[in-house]
Amino acid sequence: MNLDAVWCIPPRFRLQFEPAQSAWVLLYPEGMVKLSPSAAEILRRVDGTATLDALCKSIEDAFPGASVRQDVIDFLKVADEHGWIVPRS
Amino acid sequence: MVGSSLGANAGRPSPPLWLLAELTYRCPLHCVYCSNPMDYASRSRELDTETWLRVLREGRALGAVQLGLSGGEPLLRDDLTAIISEARALGFYSNLITSGVGLTEARIRAFKDAGLDHIQVSFQDSARDLNDYLGRARTFELKKRVARLVKDHGFPMVLNVVLHRMNIDHVDDILDLADDLGADYVELANTQYYGWAYENRDRLLPTQAQVTRAEDAARRFRDKVGGRMRVLFVVPDYFERRPKACMNGWGSVFVTVTPDGTVLPCHAARMLPGLAFPSVTTAGLGEIWYDSDAFNRYRGDAWMREPCRSCPEKVRDFGGCRCQAYLLTGDAANTDPVCDLSPHHARIAEAVGRAHALGSSVRPIVFRDDRNSRTWATHPSMPA
Repeated sequence: MNLDAVWCIPPRFRLQFEPAQSAWVLLYPEGMVKLSPSAAEILRRVDGTATLDALCKSIEDAFPGASVRQDVIDFLKVADEHGWIVPRS
Repeated sequence: MVGSSLGANAGRPSPPLWLLAELTYRCPLHCVYCSNPMDYASRSRELDTETWLRVLREGRALGAVQLGLSGGEPLLRDDLTAIISEARALGFYSNLITSGVGLTEARIRAFKDAGLDHIQVSFQDSARDLNDYLGRARTFELKKRVARLVKDHGFPMVLNVVLHRMNIDHVDDILDLADDLGADYVELANTQYYGWAYENRDRLLPTQAQVTRAEDAARRFRDKVGGRMRVLFVVPDYFERRPKACMNGWGSVFVTVTPDGTVLPCHAARMLPGLAFPSVTTAGLGEIWYDSDAFNRYRGDAWMREPCRSCPEKVRDFGGCRCQAYLLTGDAANTDPVCDLSPHHARIAEAVGRAHALGSSVRPIVFRDDRNSRTWATHPSMPA
């Protein structure tokens, strides 16, 4: 995985909050993933302009004192493998 | 997926995630493995637009988020754009499941504007002649044009092909066709033997060698294309030793509303005797989901018999499929005989062996059409 990439969510996905699940979900053709709270915090910030550094800074600003870089890297790897995110070309 | 493996007394069931709206049983195709009921021709009443919009609102309020717009052929409903608009406004992710017949450029534009999220196009085969034979309609060239239209308008596309003895050796060509048409996902859906497919089982069951070759072909293709296209291989459960987690458990995730408003835990469940399935014309979807006898009958595990009852795997497969248990053992509460712990498991191997011993000497294939449906409704075949 390229750690300098700018990430985006491909257009076939939709990220939304589901009150019935009390969770953010990622919707795609005929399927969905229920996101953990920390995964949702990361994925909500993947807006087509954010790099790894920008994601970490944004989260650490929102949760002062947290050190999240390794967690973000681990999640981006999983999300990349599943095709939930792609590097912007 | 958020599954439910709650025991019968473990409290309120979780909400549904999937609402399958079977808008009509009318269809220009006559596929030999159609999942509509055998007696569909005597169930021609359809809900009106207002009732469908109410069903969507009630489903969404319950918690459903994935919406399947299916049939028959849903494009035969003139109010499809209105239904899609309401679905989008409610926050559903909407999936149009179509043969492609009737999908014009004007309609696809209207669906895009209304907020449709995804289109699944079915093919019967990668070769024109077999495709047109299996659905008994000349649709192959039209389907290719429609698939290109779907991609030109920026929709994600799932290409779905039901696999069986006659086309399972074409998996390489099917995957190349899907790639050529720009599919984002391909579903290689091995036939599930209910209804029309059960009637035609002797003609449709593949051999173990065919299944293995098809799986190898799918694997090679995945390695070749990487993440460009996702290939889903729906396993043929007659060749497994453990049952599928059918519907992720009865009344756990899925709710189906049929054209006339009957509410089912899965689209095949109406075949089961002794269950009174409620209708949206006389009850709300929430009341049906949580309180009806039909939806509670096989929830949890209190209904299970041995070998399921004491089996640690029951939390994973929920005892398999109720319809398959009924069709193959005569009792829906039995273990799905796909499981090799079932005392009826030999019936699966018998069915496979019988199909191949008979070869092409079995009775003619039964196409899904109004005449065959009416004949069946008056003289139904009995389960094995």
